[in-house]
Amino acid sequence: MIEKSEIVLVLVDLLKPFNPEAKPLVETTDIPAELNIDSVGVLDFIMEVEDHFDIEIPMNSVASIRTVGELASFVQSRLSKA
Amino acid sequence: MMVDLLDKHRSVLDRVQRMTAMGFNGLGVTNDQMISPTRAVVGNREIILAGTNNYMGITFDPRCIAAGKKALDEFGTGTTGSRIANGSFAMHVELERELAGFLKLQHCIVFTTGYQANLGMLSGLAGPQDTIFLDADSHSSIYDGCTLSGAKLVRFRHNDAADLDKRLGRAGNDGGGKLVVLEGIYSMLGDRAPLADFVALKKRHQFQLCVDDAHSFGVLGPHGRGLGDEVGLESEVDFVIGTFSKSIGAIGGFGASNHPLFDTLRYAMRPYMFTASASPSSVATSIAALKVLQEEPERRARIWANSERLYTGLKALGLDMGCDTVSPVIAVKMPDEVTTVIKWDALFKAGVYVNMAVPPGTPNRLCLLRCSVSAAHTNEEIDRIIAVFKDAVVN
Repeated sequence: MIEKSEIVLVLVDLLKPFNPEAKPLVETTDIPAELNIDSVGVLDFIMEVEDHFDIEIPMNSVASIRTVGELASFVQSRLSKA
Repeated sequence: MMVDLLDKHRSVLDRVQRMTAMGFNGLGVTNDQMISPTRAVVGNREIILAGTNNYMGITFDPRCIAAGKKALDEFGTGTTGSRIANGSFAMHVELERELAGFLKLQHCIVFTTGYQANLGMLSGLAGPQDTIFLDADSHSSIYDGCTLSGAKLVRFRHNDAADLDKRLGRAGNDGGGKLVVLEGIYSMLGDRAPLADFVALKKRHQFQLCVDDAHSFGVLGPHGRGLGDEVGLESEVDFVIGTFSKSIGAIGGFGASNHPLFDTLRYAMRPYMFTASASPSSVATSIAALKVLQEEPERRARIWANSERLYTGLKALGLDMGCDTVSPVIAVKMPDEVTTVIKWDALFKAGVYVNMAVPPGTPNRLCLLRCSVSAAHTNEEIDRIIAVFKDAVVN
């Protein structure tokens, strides 16, 4: 199974286009708050994550996810079900 | 310590203040007087309206106004409750019958607003056991209706049937129903869904298809019935949603279908059941407007000629257009929010009102000067809009 730390690295990479100010991205980064991404931007980012890992992340599943680490855990759980 | 609930909106207030500090409030213009479907007085200045979605220019039609006045006299100012609780007025039923006839569909339900039509229809059609696949550029009312449904929500890339195909494949079959939601004309950029590409997926993935014709009702198709009418695929569209606030020039919305259980939705849609029904004057003007649109197809010809004229004129100025197809929604891309506000302000001061559209209300974080064309615009007005764009935006 893919390690969570590897997923974090991928997510950090996928977040780069959504981080024009190049703020440091770590596991505890609060994606919408610290990167100042609006609601549509978050959904666009999630779409990139879905396609990279070839998994489904329903919109309503990610409503409570804030940090890179939380999203990595969610992705890991989806991959383990695949 | 008490948490002030409005504190979380301070950043929004700061943004609005930054935008309005540069000139007029483009997000809160007050029309002091309406002169015609295309002219208003704001303060002491007459403005050409090029951002009101008044596609058929029908808001001052004497037949519609007479119908509204008659309804006020005979049925009063309001219905004071929902159709489930208070019962319907005869004209609600008449409007549903007329609309169903116009759309060549068996069933129609009217709502108090177009927003509620999407809320009601989507939350009535899908439930927690189902999945809704929605286009990424969907209007907020579609997003909100989807959320209200409790269904699993899967977003696909805008107008990309191959992307939907992939996501339908990923979703597999979980035993629930699948609903795909498209729009006839997308409200911000003016492009339309490639319906045939999406319909081609129906057999393989077994879903039901809903098209929101808010901006295309009255506009698209040889009969003005919307996107399905334009491409000859009406029979493949399971559910149609529309609004009366654009081509019909009133307020309200509708859902329509041939599905034999469709009327059951009246007892399942909270935005239909728990709100007051549309006011008599609005329903009466909607009925009258629907008749006018059918009797005067030249309005549809006129809006397409006007759209072509404005689109071609703005494109010839070298402006970055929102999409490469002509429709009554014509958007011009701006490089950033500050430029958008400055240019909007310059247009407004020169006597032209367009919509200032900024993220997150726009796709792909675009900043737009969004125009909407009316059949009531004269050639002189269209040419004036182009000339003002040249002076205020290009120069």
